[in-house]
Amino acid sequence: MAEFTLPANSVVKQGKLFRAADGATNIRRFVVYRYDPASGENPCIDTYEIDMDSCGPMVLDALLKIKDEMDATLSLRRSCREGICGSCSMNIDGANTLACTQSIADIKGDVKIYPLPHQPVVKDLVSDLTNFYAQYASVEPWMKTDTATPPDRERLQSREDREKLDGLYECILCACCSTSCPSYWWNSDRYLGPAALLNAYRWIVDSRDEAAGERLDELEDPFKLYRCHTIMNCSKVCPKGLNPAMAIAETKKLLVQRKI
Amino acid sequence: MNDLRSPLSKVKGLGSAREGTSHFWHQRLTALLLIPLVLWIGFGIAALPLEHAILVNWIRQPLVTIAMVLLIMATFYHAQLGLQTVIEDYIASHSSRTLVLLLSNALCLLFGIIGVVSVLKISLGA
Repeated sequence: MAEFTLPANSVVKQGKLFRAADGATNIRRFVVYRYDPASGENPCIDTYEIDMDSCGPMVLDALLKIKDEMDATLSLRRSCREGICGSCSMNIDGANTLACTQSIADIKGDVKIYPLPHQPVVKDLVSDLTNFYAQYASVEPWMKTDTATPPDRERLQSREDREKLDGLYECILCACCSTSCPSYWWNSDRYLGPAALLNAYRWIVDSRDEAAGERLDELEDPFKLYRCHTIMNCSKVCPKGLNPAMAIAETKKLLVQRKI
Repeated sequence: MNDLRSPLSKVKGLGSAREGTSHFWHQRLTALLLIPLVLWIGFGIAALPLEHAILVNWIRQPLVTIAMVLLIMATFYHAQLGLQTVIEDYIASHSSRTLVLLLSNALCLLFGIIGVVSVLKISLGA
């Protein structure tokens, strides 16, 4: 059956409280999921009090402040700190997003930070996205053609055809969408998930690509594609403002279109 | 971590079933068809006094019989498609999923046949 409860060794316990330095007046509490598989202990929730007068505006600023000044054992991925690398995706205040573009001021109450839902946890906020990346690779996200490349120039594309890729090519593979999808939680071994499907559609509608039919063949499957039930969590959480639900719906429309 | 298969090999699995579009399309078509049919049966029956003889005579009208048969077939076909989706979503093990799917399909077919035969018996019976 689909998993609705956590296994006994994953039940989250109460962890430690790290107080802000004396004299801090502008304090926010950050409630952070901690898990270290090597310890053999259950995951726990640690609470960090942060003096906002000496902290940057984004959740990533707070996490780095925790790691630098309060608790060096906290693990997280981050790189660009400006929403283009997709490394710091995590579940903040109940929704998947990028820690670097999520403003602390936009969150009411304690700031709750968990790893991406329903993925294996490597440590703390670092989840194992091996399956997610393999799903992306499985849609063969590169141009496939039978026509040889023109010898003297690149393959041309009209301005209108290029515009069809807007809202698709910007995906940074942060996995916020796929890991917010209940269908992906229950069936990610076979359902490709919104990120891979958005990228598949990106190549299906690319006017220069010559493999749309084969791409649709590969997607036409009760699990790979049709586990999408238009729940639309994907489009709601995408930190880049993309709409994977629409890309999936358009893919389904193309499949119907070529049949009738 | 004794699994030596590559993540890509696991994701590709046995490949695409080349199926699912008819399911998707028929689910939507039956849903559209059911909107007028359900409204019709609701208002149709509400407008009649609940007396056996009157209802039987109503069903015996050819157009009512046809609409009734259509309603029953669309309902149970739509139910079968919907239940299949729910079962595929929530039952992870291949063997129990297959078993429950077969059971659900058989029940939908059975109820559909019972419904259609009942309407025809009323409509064509003496």
